[in-house]
Amino acid sequence: MVNIQDLHKKFGKNHVLKGVDLSIVNGGIFAVLGPNGSGKTTLIKSILGMVIPNKGTIEVLGKNINKSSEYKYQIDYLPQIANFPNNLKVKELIKMIKDLRGKTDLDQSLIALFKLEPFLDKKLGNLSGGTKQKVNIVLTFMFDSPIIILDEPTTGLDPISLIRLKDLIQAEKIKGKTILITSHIMSFVEEVSDEIVFLLEGQIYFKGSISNLKSKTNQPDFEHAIASILQENYA
Amino acid sequence: MPLLPFYKKIMLKILKYSFYDLMRSRWSYVYFAFYLLLGIVLLFLNNNLSKAVITLMNVIIVLVPLIGTIFGVMYYYNSKEFTELLLAQPLKRSSIFLGQYLGVAISLSLSLILGLGIPFVFYGLFKSNAIWDFSLLLITESFLTFIFTALAFNIALSQVNKIKGFGFAILLWLFLAIIYDGLFLMSLILFEEYPLDKLSLVGTLLNPIDLSRTLILLKLDISALLGYTGAIFKKFFGTNFGLIISFVTLIIWVVLPVTRIIFKAKKKDF
Amino acid sequence: MKQTILFLTAILLAYVSYAQNTEVCQTCTWTSLKEAIAHAKDFDTIYVKKGTYKEYNINIDKPLAIIGQDYPVIDGELKGEIITITSDNVRVDGLFIINVGSSYTEDYAAIRVRKSKHFTIQNVVLEKMFFGIYIEKSNYGRIFHNKVIGDAVEEYNSGNGIQLWYSNYIDIEHNYVEHVRDGIYLEFSNNCIIKNNVSAENLRYGLHFMFSNDDVYQDNVFENNGAGVAVMFSKKIKMLNNTFQKNWGTASYGMLLKEINDAEIRGNTFKENTIGINIEGSNRIEYKNNNFTNNGWAIKVRGACYGNHFLENNFLYNSFDISYNSKVNDNKFDKNYWSNYTGYDLNKDGIGDVPYRPVKLFSYIVNRTPETIILLRSLFIDIIDFSEKVSPVFTPDNLLDHNPLTKQIVW
Repeated sequence: MVNIQDLHKKFGKNHVLKGVDLSIVNGGIFAVLGPNGSGKTTLIKSILGMVIPNKGTIEVLGKNINKSSEYKYQIDYLPQIANFPNNLKVKELIKMIKDLRGKTDLDQSLIALFKLEPFLDKKLGNLSGGTKQKVNIVLTFMFDSPIIILDEPTTGLDPISLIRLKDLIQAEKIKGKTILITSHIMSFVEEVSDEIVFLLEGQIYFKGSISNLKSKTNQPDFEHAIASILQENYA
Repeated sequence: MPLLPFYKKIMLKILKYSFYDLMRSRWSYVYFAFYLLLGIVLLFLNNNLSKAVITLMNVIIVLVPLIGTIFGVMYYYNSKEFTELLLAQPLKRSSIFLGQYLGVAISLSLSLILGLGIPFVFYGLFKSNAIWDFSLLLITESFLTFIFTALAFNIALSQVNKIKGFGFAILLWLFLAIIYDGLFLMSLILFEEYPLDKLSLVGTLLNPIDLSRTLILLKLDISALLGYTGAIFKKFFGTNFGLIISFVTLIIWVVLPVTRIIFKAKKKDF
Repeated sequence: MKQTILFLTAILLAYVSYAQNTEVCQTCTWTSLKEAIAHAKDFDTIYVKKGTYKEYNINIDKPLAIIGQDYPVIDGELKGEIITITSDNVRVDGLFIINVGSSYTEDYAAIRVRKSKHFTIQNVVLEKMFFGIYIEKSNYGRIFHNKVIGDAVEEYNSGNGIQLWYSNYIDIEHNYVEHVRDGIYLEFSNNCIIKNNVSAENLRYGLHFMFSNDDVYQDNVFENNGAGVAVMFSKKIKMLNNTFQKNWGTASYGMLLKEINDAEIRGNTFKENTIGINIEGSNRIEYKNNNFTNNGWAIKVRGACYGNHFLENNFLYNSFDISYNSKVNDNKFDKNYWSNYTGYDLNKDGIGDVPYRPVKLFSYIVNRTPETIILLRSLFIDIIDFSEKVSPVFTPDNLLDHNPLTKQIVW
């Protein structure tokens, strides 16, 4: 689905990605983890074409993404901070994204799922952070694309919505989709993800299942496993 | 495959949304109200259309670039998240930025044209022969809006730091609106023994504010301009040559920064 | 004595009643003007019927009235002067005169009046001529309702439309002159009245005075000439209610005053000229109730001009109101309306509370380096003009209108 080879990216003097090789062949849920500044967001943005790599190739569904925008029809993306044009109403935003990207009917059921009906006529500037995130989720999931990228999806969500989000992610997984997630909430990661991609100083330090990670680090639980990696490298 | 029309369609859609967004923002109303007020006050104080047009020209030739620059920079930085949302969509980058740019430039021009136009029309513009001067004024000021919004987008695209971006934008305005003319005047006086008409015309073409000012001078002060001896000067101001060259240069002044927006947008990381 | 007068009157009456009407046409007794004149008696009237008469050097040497009917054409075939009047009391009326010869040694004219009195030239149309109407050493004449259309291209080989030389008490009214060197030219001619004429598209001046005193010109229109009116080395000229417009160009002005004293300039309109009035060495002139509209420079003062008064004029939308090339000022500006005035009038008496300073620093700069005109209306220029206004360094600091009016003057 996604194939990355020898990806390098510098921001000025700051060498963020130093030769990332990542190959995701099958569907499933992949958590991209790593300490702050390890290059998670840069990696995701590279896949989305928002960051232009200095070196390396990225293929999505077998096609090089260089200088193309068409492939983004295959990706649904949930950005980290949901700040939308403040003067737009919720339903106008949804309409606009549909207008820009294509027709879909999934938005209705998603709106119902997250109980957004009362907010449809409100301006985005007047919504709370959690409600904005729900709108963000609706926008992401309404297109039913084979690849889904979620950047901190749990931000601001109440427990009920969080459960609904998890259900949603599971349902998409069953359809055979590839889902990339970054999150700081380790319990969430542990609960949903099939595989971990651990980035450290611009390279992939570990790729595999959670159980593999635990055995590799000799730690009984996931959070400690992560912590031990960090301690090893920074101590 | 009809790719180009497709991109154009997307660009127009983004233009539409940016435009709607701006038309609802209170800044557009402030801008519109400002011009409305300016028009009314000038007409009230001068009691005379021709004189109001002249005063108006003196005021807005520096204000329009200032507002275009500040508004352009501000819009770019404020709509950063919206831009990122769009970037994740299957849209071409150039159509995203061109769409936003045109949205800002068109809504600013519209505020200008309506804000100034309404009081002047009510005052009886259509029955006056100041209508041509006034139309020329609006056309050149719209050009200035397009040019300075484009320059502002250029600055914002190259400068991640918002404060620095604003600083550069103000400096650019200050330079082109005032400092440039000071340097220009000094160099003309310094080299007064040499034939200067070429230099002075080139110096004018290189600064869009001077260029627009010259276009308006062609209408308002042609009697004085024709008093000068230089042959090139005479050709420039005495025939339609000057008008054509000025408009062509204004168009170049729009095209160049817009091209850089496209170029820069393709390479930029978000 | 009485008897003598009676006798003379009787003779004169007999003479007049004796006066006959003669006709000139293709089938008449006389087929040419020359023949008719040769055979005419004093005070006869010669009617010239419609047709073309190829004649030149026609000398009218006796008091005659020559009246064209339906504009007969007198064609000089470029051979020389066409009509020369050398007698008093001649009237030429309704002729269409074309093709005057040109020469570098002689000033051929369509109609010349030489050393004669009481002549009238009216309703004449002149085309393709060198000089149009040339009055020399003649007095008490009337030049009325003529049309002079030249085809002058260069100054050195073209003549003037209506020229007066050592001629006094001449009325020039309702004429139309275009495309000659000087529309109307007066040299050593005093006490003339020039009224209601239109002088346009002439190479040099619309109207030109040299060494002529006590003349009046009024209600004329001078448009698009090399320069509108040049008044030089003359005294006590009255210039009233004329219109000077669209005189554009490097050395172009609505009016040029050079060495003029004690003149009166009132009620004129100067519109869209490069320079409205250009003044050199002219003293004690009163400028009153004139309109200066949309000129490059309304008034340009060069060198010694003393005791001039500018009263109650309107200065409207000129690029520069007044330009001086020195720091000295002995002229007075009072109660004018300046559209560039930005002061206020708190006591509402129609007079601005802050004096107006009509000379800008920028006009001084443009005098020095003409190319800087391109910076006109720049914000930078406004800033330096403002600082000069606050504390004059380069411009005369006593040049102020202490009573600038806040409303345009209507009279």
